[in-house]
Amino acid sequence: MLFVPGNNPGMVRDAHIYGSDSIMFDLEDSVSVNEKDAARFLVYNALMSLRYGKKELIVRINDLSSGLGVMDLEAIVRAKPNAIRLPKTETAQDIIDCEREIERIEREAGIEVGSTKMVAAIESALGVLNAYSIATASKRLVAVALGAEDYVTDLKTTRSDGTELFFARCMILNAARAAGIDAIDTVYSDVNNEEGFIAEATLIKKLGFDGKSVINPRQIPPLHEVFMPSEKDLEKAQAIVQALEEAKKRGSGVASLNGKMIDRPVALRAQHMIELAAAGSFVPVEEV
Amino acid sequence: MRIITTGVAGTMESSDIIVTVEPRAEEGVELTLSSSVMQQFGRQIEHVIRETLKELGVTAAAVTAVDKGALDCTVRARVSAAALRAAKSAEYTWGTKQ
Amino acid sequence: MDLQKIPHYNEIPALNGEFTGAAQKHKETFRERMYEKNKVVPSVEEAVRLTGLKNGMTVSFHHHFRNGDYIVNMVMDVLANMGFKNLTLAASSLTDIHAPLIEHIKNGVITHIETSGLRGKLAEEISRGLMDFPVIFRSHGGRAAAIESGALHIDVAFLGAPSCDPYGNANGYNRDEENVSCCGSLGYAKLDALHADKCVIITDHLVPFPNAPFGIPESNVDYIVKVDSVGDPKGIMSGATRFTKNPKELLIAKTAADIIEASGYFYDGFSMQMGSGGASLATARFLREKMLKNGIKARFALGGITGQIVEMHEEGLVQKILDVQSFDLIAANSLKNNRFHQQIDASYYASYLNRGAAVDQLDFVVLSALEVDTDFNVNVLTGSDGVIRGAIGGHPDTAAGASFSIVVAPLTRGRIPSIVRRVNTIVTPGDTVDVLVTDQGVAVNPRRPEIAEKLRAAGMPIFTIEQLRERGERIVGMPDPIEYDEQIVGVVMFRDNTVIDLIKKVKHV
Repeated sequence: MLFVPGNNPGMVRDAHIYGSDSIMFDLEDSVSVNEKDAARFLVYNALMSLRYGKKELIVRINDLSSGLGVMDLEAIVRAKPNAIRLPKTETAQDIIDCEREIERIEREAGIEVGSTKMVAAIESALGVLNAYSIATASKRLVAVALGAEDYVTDLKTTRSDGTELFFARCMILNAARAAGIDAIDTVYSDVNNEEGFIAEATLIKKLGFDGKSVINPRQIPPLHEVFMPSEKDLEKAQAIVQALEEAKKRGSGVASLNGKMIDRPVALRAQHMIELAAAGSFVPVEEV
Repeated sequence: MRIITTGVAGTMESSDIIVTVEPRAEEGVELTLSSSVMQQFGRQIEHVIRETLKELGVTAAAVTAVDKGALDCTVRARVSAAALRAAKSAEYTWGTKQ
Repeated sequence: MDLQKIPHYNEIPALNGEFTGAAQKHKETFRERMYEKNKVVPSVEEAVRLTGLKNGMTVSFHHHFRNGDYIVNMVMDVLANMGFKNLTLAASSLTDIHAPLIEHIKNGVITHIETSGLRGKLAEEISRGLMDFPVIFRSHGGRAAAIESGALHIDVAFLGAPSCDPYGNANGYNRDEENVSCCGSLGYAKLDALHADKCVIITDHLVPFPNAPFGIPESNVDYIVKVDSVGDPKGIMSGATRFTKNPKELLIAKTAADIIEASGYFYDGFSMQMGSGGASLATARFLREKMLKNGIKARFALGGITGQIVEMHEEGLVQKILDVQSFDLIAANSLKNNRFHQQIDASYYASYLNRGAAVDQLDFVVLSALEVDTDFNVNVLTGSDGVIRGAIGGHPDTAAGASFSIVVAPLTRGRIPSIVRRVNTIVTPGDTVDVLVTDQGVAVNPRRPEIAEKLRAAGMPIFTIEQLRERGERIVGMPDPIEYDEQIVGVVMFRDNTVIDLIKKVKHV
């Protein structure tokens, strides 16, 4: 997930070329208080007219308590991104409140109700403890994400080797898995430290995260490298997919490989692995 | 929409346009445009600025725009933001994407 | 044999006593002689007088000092003061710092210019129709060939050198003391020195004979002038070749390296050249990783040489370097210190007329472009507004010489599309360009189906160049065409010195 400052026209324009799976246009932390309106206009107009191919488009709005959040929703929901990312989620009620606004706007604008998905960013101790109730607060939720910068401040610590985030990561990951949605890790802000970035990416992959937020396109290739399946895993995945296709050709609903039946999660994982591998080797360029 | 003060939006960075909207006594939009791509896109940028102001209902304004290669959607965004700031208004009718 | 049968045998003086026909023999020490009987003259003005320069003649300069060059302006000021008119200025290239030439053109001191490129105010004025006679633009190889064939006859060459001894052995660096005006290779100057009727070296470091190994030998040099400074080190090493952090350039560079790896031209013992520009220079970085991973070495790297190539040379990944122009201080110092970093002249580099040019031994070259059209023609000379703002350099020479030429460009620059229906100025013809790499897709010239096949086999998505053009235009819109006057301000020569395109005067600038 590539973070793009919402008030930077050059970056908003080129966000899709770097091979990230999703793009998050930011109206929150990267936009100064005086430019909130300008960024809202910019992201709205970009979503209305630019083409981003098959990228998943997400907009991080300001939190609702600031008053800016609802203004953001009024504009952004109508420009139909795939999802709205709500920052500073602390309770299930935050999600419910946000969903109510989204649904109202969807109805007013004649957009199919429920089509705007949500991502909840958890950035505080309270939010971490409420992770499961947050993750299950709305059917619109497709992922929970950790926002570590605010979280470590809340914990009265700072970012270091990841020890400080261990509990939060496990909580959020477990909550996401229990709710059946994705878990996305926080950003790594030292763009010039590729080694540190790779270490952190390796850690969160081991934990089981589905992806990581990146603040610079340069972080995308190393991240894909870390998430790239091994050659052996890839061969196995290709064999599974092939077996499934053959079964489909035979008209059989059940496929098996080496005498073992392939169930749905195995099939899905294999498919995902092949897509990952394809995405990792070259920067994918899509028809847009 | 009535322009009552000076509103500015945008930056001098590449791919952006900085738009200043000021009150004007007479009717009509007086536009001063300079652009790094004046010859190739000057006409188009002017068209987008005037269209955007028309949609906002701005009929009297002095507009100065310094363009650094902004796309049409950026021009629209900056003109809208500057005009609303100059009108001290937050009222805007957001269209829905088709 | 009867020696008496040799005619006039009896008159040979040496056979009848002491030979007295030889010139006066030296008696002083070599050191005394060096400081008294040498080619050093007190001023540029004196050197000009001695060369016998006349109105209407051709003077030549090199561009190894890039945007830090003091020589062109210094010499032209002297020539103007001496009252010269109607001169042809033949520089290997000209840049922003040469804006003062505008006055000399207006005053009739310079009536014709030959160069590889023009930038800044001078370029703008010429685009507006400053000169009656159009500027002749040649590639580095084309200029070398024109000098060799006599098509470009140099009457007097004024060549700046960071070090020179009293007899004219000149270098782009200094072995005897540290100096700031170091520029590395004197590749373009070497050829001018060899072919000019008279050659003046202007240096800020007069060092003891012999200044060896030398870039320019004393046998090509007539006069030497010592000045305080030949150039501004900041402009000489302008930092234009720093490793880019621009993500878009890195993306293009990575793709270019992937393409090279898949193309069949990446094998143990390959040869390469990286043109100037962030993305093409960065390609070397990504190639380096692939070379280390696959245990592959390059036999040689050619061209404008940068620190990145030197690093690869010093870690054993590039065996030899052929250097016609050193782009940064690391490259200049390497030329001075590394045994297998060889200085070459412009003809050796790229002339089509000599008995073998280095560009013909290239496997691949990575080149930048301002504009590429759907016939793969490349423009590196005029901007999208039709104004001259670039240099041909070795672009057409290397594209033609290399077995595999890769052109890199962002799909759009700001609002300007790089892929167009027809380039403003054809510098490199499309039939010498094999692949175009942008940040949003790759196109292979239909003349190279086997390359397309290899890239496809490697899983690389390929587009037609039409698709890339459409994609760019969809993002930025259709630009209005530029309006030109009929006056021709520039004539662009291909490397064989036939006219490939004309540059017309722009209407509004």
